[in-house]
Amino acid sequence: MKVLGTLVVLLFGGLLIYGTLDFPSWGDPAAPASTHVSPRYIERTLEETSVPNIVTAVLADYRGYDTMFETIVIFTAGIACLFLLRVIKREEAEARMYRHIPTGITLRVKQRARLPESMEEFERIDLMWVPYDLIVKTGCRLIIPFSQLFALYVIAHGHHSPGGGFQGGVILGASIALYAISTNLRSGLAWFGEKAAVLLCGLGVFIYASTGALCMLLGAGYLDYGALSTLFGVDPVTARSHGILIVEIGVGISVMAVMVLLYYNIVSAGRQDEGL
Amino acid sequence: MSDLVPILISKVNYWVYIALMMIGLWAVIAKNNLVKKIIGMNILQTAVILFFISIGAKYNATIPIIMHGHDAGHHAVNAIDYINPLPHVLMLTAIVVAVATLGVALALVIKVHQKYQTLEEDEILAKMDEQ
Repeated sequence: MKVLGTLVVLLFGGLLIYGTLDFPSWGDPAAPASTHVSPRYIERTLEETSVPNIVTAVLADYRGYDTMFETIVIFTAGIACLFLLRVIKREEAEARMYRHIPTGITLRVKQRARLPESMEEFERIDLMWVPYDLIVKTGCRLIIPFSQLFALYVIAHGHHSPGGGFQGGVILGASIALYAISTNLRSGLAWFGEKAAVLLCGLGVFIYASTGALCMLLGAGYLDYGALSTLFGVDPVTARSHGILIVEIGVGISVMAVMVLLYYNIVSAGRQDEGL
Repeated sequence: MSDLVPILISKVNYWVYIALMMIGLWAVIAKNNLVKKIIGMNILQTAVILFFISIGAKYNATIPIIMHGHDAGHHAVNAIDYINPLPHVLMLTAIVVAVATLGVALALVIKVHQKYQTLEEDEILAKMDEQ
């Protein structure tokens, strides 16, 4: 297999390199990729959508259908991961571990054993003993709010700077995963539950699709945001930029929820009790 | 010899991406471990993404965000001043979709490991024959 694979790869790579000889050279403004539809996007975006960031405008307006179905692909991936891995029937572990917060002593409670009467000073930890790590916890607690603020900025400022729903959603999802890593999966789930993640991942797609349907109700084509002008009380060009923002928020919510769902299910093999 | 240098300079980025792509493809074909195959698949994806971004480049052009935005007045926007936004749009979604599909691939790998207790392809095939 290795010899055959090497031969196939060498042959295929050689053919591709032979093919590059006909390519336009790097950075050529007259290259076919930069001549047909892209100059129109660059020259007309600002007057048609009033969004300076051409990438955002093309993503959410000119190619709105494409992005909607990309969002649905991400939604489907999250749901597929949930269906593949999620174990609903919960088998009780043979023991539970608790840490006494003031002293740091860990307590192992066997299955069906009686717990101490006052549990206020104890926190449950994973069976695989995790040391109390002040530096990691404090560091992550400092980082998480700023990364979430940055994510919101990336989503909201996607019209004027590089950014948008996909990038901001991934940063938001990463901040939640960071919290779950720095404490444990149980605390992560207590902060951002599985039910919330599933609901939000559907809600994002719903926001996107219903914005399109709203444009239809207002008498334009599907995802033709110009029709929203009567709703917002602005001219159709500004309405396009508002429509793009709504859609980007939907994408951000959906991407965040899917990233969190993927993390929760993969680290715990679907049991969602312990892991990482 | 002097004719070859401009060709080399204008094509070397494509060759690097093809080399990366072939490394990924080789991992997908020849590696025995399923996780290594997935890593190979991701290297291949990254090579394609780099290739698309490279296509969008233009000499002496800036990022596809119109300068001065709404304050520009009636300055004409020339396509030659901004790089091609289309590959960026396509790859922006492709990167996130790649992460999502990676999640599904890892979920499938976890299921395979739960069933066969191994991720080596030949051992899985041997266990499948036994059943």
